[in-house]
Order: sequence, then C-alpha cells, then structure tokens
Amino acid sequence: MGLFTKRVKRLGTDRFRITLPTHEAELLRTLLPQLRGLLTTGLSENDPSLNRLFPTAYANDPELDAGYQALVRDELLEKRFASLDVIETLLAEADGGEVSGEELSAWMRAINDLRLVLGTRLDVGEDDDPSDIDPEDPEAQAWAIYHYLAMLVSVIVDALTEEL
Amino acid sequence: MPEVADPDVGLDEDEFTEEDRPWVVLVWNDPINLMSYVSFVFRKLFGYSQAKADSLMLDVHEKGRAAVSNGPREKAELDVFRLHEHGLWATMEQQ
Repeated sequence: MGLFTKRVKRLGTDRFRITLPTHEAELLRTLLPQLRGLLTTGLSENDPSLNRLFPTAYANDPELDAGYQALVRDELLEKRFASLDVIETLLAEADGGEVSGEELSAWMRAINDLRLVLGTRLDVGEDDDPSDIDPEDPEAQAWAIYHYLAMLVSVIVDALTEEL
Repeated sequence: MPEVADPDVGLDEDEFTEEDRPWVVLVWNDPINLMSYVSFVFRKLFGYSQAKADSLMLDVHEKGRAAVSNGPREKAELDVFRLHEHGLWATMEQQ
C-alpha cells in the first residue's frame, strides 16, 4: 500500500491532493464515460449490472418499493451524474490536482460505482483475491482493473478518514 | 445489535398506531464493497465512532446484515437513500 498512499494525500483541513500516474488517469478517462453511458441508457433497458446502484429499499413490500423508486430514482441518478461530473472535469484538465473533501467524496462514490458495475459483471464472490487472477482468463484485465479500483477507493477512504 | 435500542421498551403499545411503529434500516453483506469503505460510510452518514462503525461493518460481514439506524419512515427512507447513494445494499422494514 505504500506506493498507493501517495496517490491521495491530505494537505490540511478540507484539502487533498490527487496524483495519478498518467496511464491510471487515462484508464479512468476511458472507464468513467462508459459508466455515464450505462447510466444514461441502462436504466430504461433494465441492465442487470446497474442493480447494485439502484437497489430495492422495501425488501418485503413491492408496492411500497415501487413508490420509493418512483420518488427517488431520478434523484439518485442525478447524484451519480453529479459525482461523475466532478471527477471527469478534474481529469479532463490534469492527472490529478487539489480537491476539497466534498470533491474527493465524489471521486470515491464514482469509482466505487465503477467497482459495483464491474464486480456485478464479473460476478465477484466473497473470496476473490487479487493474487488469484489467472493471466489466461479472458477476463484477467477486467479483474486487474477491478482490484486497481479497490486500491484507489481504499486510499481515498484513508485520506477522508483523517478528516473525520 | 446492542447499539440499537429497542424503541418499544417502556412504551404502551395501545397508544400507538401501525403507522407509528418505527422502521429499521438494514445493510446487507455484499462481496464488492470494501470493509474500510463500509465503515467510513457509517461514520460519515451517521456520525458513529470508528469502533461502532467497525462493529456494525463486521456484523454485516460476518452475520450477513446489521441494523444501522431506525426511526420514523421518512427518516429511514432518507437513510436508505444516502446508503444507496454510496452504493451500499440497504433496505428498510417496520419493526
């Protein structure tokens, strides 16, 4: 984790610096528009990889859940787009930069959303471990990305925890 | 879950209608969200201490679910919404 902690550093109260190697920033610039596209079209198409981003609220009552979903689904979608806006705007300008805690939280949520979609598609299990990736697996690259995103979420959480 | 008080204790059931019975917000185990992330979300959203957040997170991880908050339906819905915003698998049910 030593090298990873340098990617996100708390500078002081409500100030953080994100420093990403160019190829990692490039990876995020590739993945985030895919998430945006999925959020734009996937909901109406009931894409199952979005299930974890829009879960059931009333597990025991479909009628109440339908009401909840009708009430908040658009707002939940807007929140996800807003987080994407924050991270994509900064990545469009540089491979990182200084951000507030609120902006870093938006990074965290957007990257975690990517993990939820990717993890759902990979059908991640409780015991899947980065050291278990089989290089011959046609999904090896997706697994590597999935675990990379986990490291990124982890260092963001560490930095934000310092602020609590 | 010792952290969540039983809201019915000491109350006369007859004074309350069905609507008044509190709701409990549950977070369910999932293989994707990181343990540190789940703890952080509990601290951030509910203001819990690290110890309490970790304890709830471990309940989610080991027992499959934990009750993370409770209250009137409107409050529970807001808590569920904020948990969903952070990608946690949260549901609510009436106690």
